[in-house]
Amino acid sequence: MILTETAALTGRRLLRLRRSPGELLAVTLMPLTMVVVMGYLLDKTIVMPGGVGYLDFMMAGIGAQVALTAFGTSAVGMADDLRGGLVDRFRSLPIGRVPVLLAQSLCDLLLTAVGMAISAAVGWLIGWRIHTGILPALAGFGLLLALAFLLAWTGILAGLWFRSTPAVNSMSGLVLVVGSFLSTAFVPPDGLPGWLHAIASWSPVSTVSTACRRLWGNPVADTGTSFAVVHPVPVALATIAVLLAVVMTAAWRLFRSAAEKPR
Amino acid sequence: MDAVVETHQLRKSYPGHEALRGVDLHVPAGTVLGLLGHNGAGKTTTVRVLATLLDPDGGSARVAGFDVAREPHEVRRRIALAGQYAAVDTLLTGRENLVLLGKLLRLGGRGARARAGELLDRFGLTAAADRPAGTYSGGMRRRLDLACCLVTRPAVLFLDEPSAGLDPASRQLLWAEVREQVRDGITVVLTTQYLEEADQLADRITVLGAGSVVAEGTPEELKRKVGGEWLGVTLADPADVPAAATALGPAASDVDRTAGRLSLPLDDGMATVAAAATALSRAGLEVADFAVRRPSLDDVFLALTGKEKAA
Repeated sequence: MILTETAALTGRRLLRLRRSPGELLAVTLMPLTMVVVMGYLLDKTIVMPGGVGYLDFMMAGIGAQVALTAFGTSAVGMADDLRGGLVDRFRSLPIGRVPVLLAQSLCDLLLTAVGMAISAAVGWLIGWRIHTGILPALAGFGLLLALAFLLAWTGILAGLWFRSTPAVNSMSGLVLVVGSFLSTAFVPPDGLPGWLHAIASWSPVSTVSTACRRLWGNPVADTGTSFAVVHPVPVALATIAVLLAVVMTAAWRLFRSAAEKPR
Repeated sequence: MDAVVETHQLRKSYPGHEALRGVDLHVPAGTVLGLLGHNGAGKTTTVRVLATLLDPDGGSARVAGFDVAREPHEVRRRIALAGQYAAVDTLLTGRENLVLLGKLLRLGGRGARARAGELLDRFGLTAAADRPAGTYSGGMRRRLDLACCLVTRPAVLFLDEPSAGLDPASRQLLWAEVREQVRDGITVVLTTQYLEEADQLADRITVLGAGSVVAEGTPEELKRKVGGEWLGVTLADPADVPAAATALGPAASDVDRTAGRLSLPLDDGMATVAAAATALSRAGLEVADFAVRRPSLDDVFLALTGKEKAA
């Protein structure tokens, strides 16, 4: 039951995507540009501690940044559905509430997977390599998708809360910038002020980036000794699981009372 | 007859605003109830409670035999809602919108496509079936919205201001569709700000004002309370008013000397109009405006509550 409903609603999302290719283009072009600009043009300019190549360092960060874009697409999708009355229609149907939200997050997950595949392909073309095996490589991408799933649900929550497309649109830019630069996605965190350093090293964006670097045999460049730096994989999994539980519960409750606010 | 929609002392408050202050409704099966009222009277809130989108704060509501607060899922299996905004996905085609609902309502892929084809045909949307709904006119979008409500046959259909923003021709078409649903045995609850719409479609009308029931009855009963149609005459020269009053006879009332206006109740219908036109022309008076007027919602409120507008 949940499966057929989720499949039908995810199908709707994908149809929408096909009709408005701009969204698909935005999600795929952004990481593509980042890979080319930072990995190809700035590769020699950015000098990493220990003389490791910047391209090898930043590819995990690009993956995390693609995951961050899931926030915007799902927030906008949810806000649009609320405003257009579609949420009211779905809520008046004899279907579960889970499929409506799940379909949105699954579609965003698919979008980010496409974005990651494209940036990985381009990164590989200009010289990025995974130095371990196929299983750790896949594990790294799995972690990135888990992060994207968390951000998709956070976006759903934001869309339900703000219910305005312009508001969530500008917020998604903020999430992208703060999320990717207040972390070890693109820079080693040593330059950050102390208190920010602590936040940055525990942020799931950082732990997932560091975990991917370890799993892919890419340079880590974080000399810290905090638990999050030494054990990035379990810390990333645990924080994503806890945050996902919180965000999903909140989104759930908000969706139930979505009709309570007078328009 | 058994009531398909029944509420007792239904209450609903938003922060700082009491939207429903104890509303009683009783809608027998296969009939149309018109909820008439201004913006903010509680019409939409009532429909949203009945359609299980809002939980009531007090009182009770049963729809199709089930309590909206305790058994919302059972209610949802028997209702359909067309909200104030045609809730169709504008990026999907008309057909895709209907197929999506068919799949969600467990008709299966093939069943959903077949049903979508039937509905598109019935609502005159076949030619536009494979265009995105965003390219539809307001009337077509409303029709698609109504078709979405009928993918599986509901027992109760809720229509929230179905003709808002429609041109007269689309409105007529929509009314015809609603009448057809009623002939098929569906019970309809519709909200409207227009007395004429309620008069056209509803078997009974409940007038809401500020979250309470102001009046209830058949359209005929309400109109009798309010008064029927009248003829409004505006003269080109206000100085002619006494002459016109003499020509129209003692029934002429509401004489406004400064604006040059008179009105005449249409007791004999069109015969009165003809007689008035002849009398004015014989007296050689120049008429600026000559029209049949119907009581508006404001007149209903004025007659029922003695207040200009129940806000």
